[in-house]
Amino acid sequence: MSAEKEPLFSSKNIKLLTEPLNDSNPITVQVLGICSALAVTVKVKPAFVMALSVMVVMAVSNVAISLLRKTVPPRIRIIVQLVVIAAMVILVDQVLKAFLYDISKQLSVFVGLIITNCIIMGRLEAFALSNKPWQSFLDGIGNAAGYGIILIIVAFFRELLGSGTVWGFQVIPKGVYDFGYENNGLMILPPMALIVVGAIIWIQRAKNKKLVESN
Amino acid sequence: MRSYSNTYIFIFSSVMVIIVAALLSVAAITLQPFQKKNVEINKKQNILASVNIESTAKDAELVYDKYITESFAVNSKGEIKEGVSAFNIDMKQELAKPLEERSLPVFISALDSSKQYIIPVYGKGLWGPIWGYVSLKDDLSTIFGANFAHKGETPGLGAEIDTKAFQSQFFGKEIFNEQGQFVSVTIVKGGTANPDSKYEVDGISGGTITSVGVSHMLKDCLSSYEPYFKNIKSNI
Repeated sequence: MSAEKEPLFSSKNIKLLTEPLNDSNPITVQVLGICSALAVTVKVKPAFVMALSVMVVMAVSNVAISLLRKTVPPRIRIIVQLVVIAAMVILVDQVLKAFLYDISKQLSVFVGLIITNCIIMGRLEAFALSNKPWQSFLDGIGNAAGYGIILIIVAFFRELLGSGTVWGFQVIPKGVYDFGYENNGLMILPPMALIVVGAIIWIQRAKNKKLVESN
Repeated sequence: MRSYSNTYIFIFSSVMVIIVAALLSVAAITLQPFQKKNVEINKKQNILASVNIESTAKDAELVYDKYITESFAVNSKGEIKEGVSAFNIDMKQELAKPLEERSLPVFISALDSSKQYIIPVYGKGLWGPIWGYVSLKDDLSTIFGANFAHKGETPGLGAEIDTKAFQSQFFGKEIFNEQGQFVSVTIVKGGTANPDSKYEVDGISGGTITSVGVSHMLKDCLSSYEPYFKNIKSNI
């Protein structure tokens, strides 16, 4: 992309990309999309593909809604948003099935469940309906990246501690197991995802005082 | 905020739905050949995996043609049915039919200078269907290999049935007891299987319903082949 063109990546636009990574992270600050953060973070690879799929769905539906924003009747806007998201999700699912069959098998139902990811609809409603396509595109990418980063961090710890692997490769040497180390089965269960997310929120707020509520 | 007439809303939604429907149909139709191919290749890989042959998506078809020497369907009396392509049989549809009308696929591979009988199995897990292939040695009782897959079992729990660790437990187990009665292989609570038993394997802790599903699947599917096995044995 042409980074030289000033208005395209003005500091305001860059902010759309970077803010969701930290200050307004959809998961740790807005606490949206928690359900899928629990479901697909057992292993890193599916979490990565999930994050990528969410990014595609989010960027494209943000742009689509932004293009339609002047024509969508407000009374049926939620339905319109859902139709756009659902259409995108089905497309992504079909493409994964055709070209990345193995990963599509691993993600199984969760790709379809992107439809219910509240971050996507939240961004359509809050941003794309009142902003230009390019900004909406950046906002979509930014928020999906913010979501994806948390997903991958959570998945990294869950896979490492729960299965002793990262990206499917064994990283905890066999010798450690011989000493009596065991994979923590609890890490595989959804409650530990919540606890890991909680730990990330804690660390983030310890570093970023802006986010700490004042009471 | 501008207000829109009902006519506008109606036309807007109709146009939107038609466009989306057209888009999705085009996508579905253009991608279908790729998807079908993937499913077919995956099936071949699964069949090969049940006789412990590793194959990649690229070479699965060649390897399949090399090792799988015969495939045919039998009926519930164990007689070979003519004119049925075993590979294209959908186990889900067959199991919905009464036992007498089912076409039961059998695949035969030739490895280690003996024959293996590969039997497809299909059943219910916790969240959706589970299926797989079990291969028997030429005594028609000892399990040579097993491969299971699932639609959407819980990752890390029920989904573990598609791992080598779970499947390799089945090697050498027997589905007929010493009196020649069909006993199938039962999946028991994780860690409690009697290591000397030829008819038990460990289940997955936390994946109980999936484990029980595998037990039922083996029992239901393998039992319908009993007459076929008897026919072969009496011919030897």
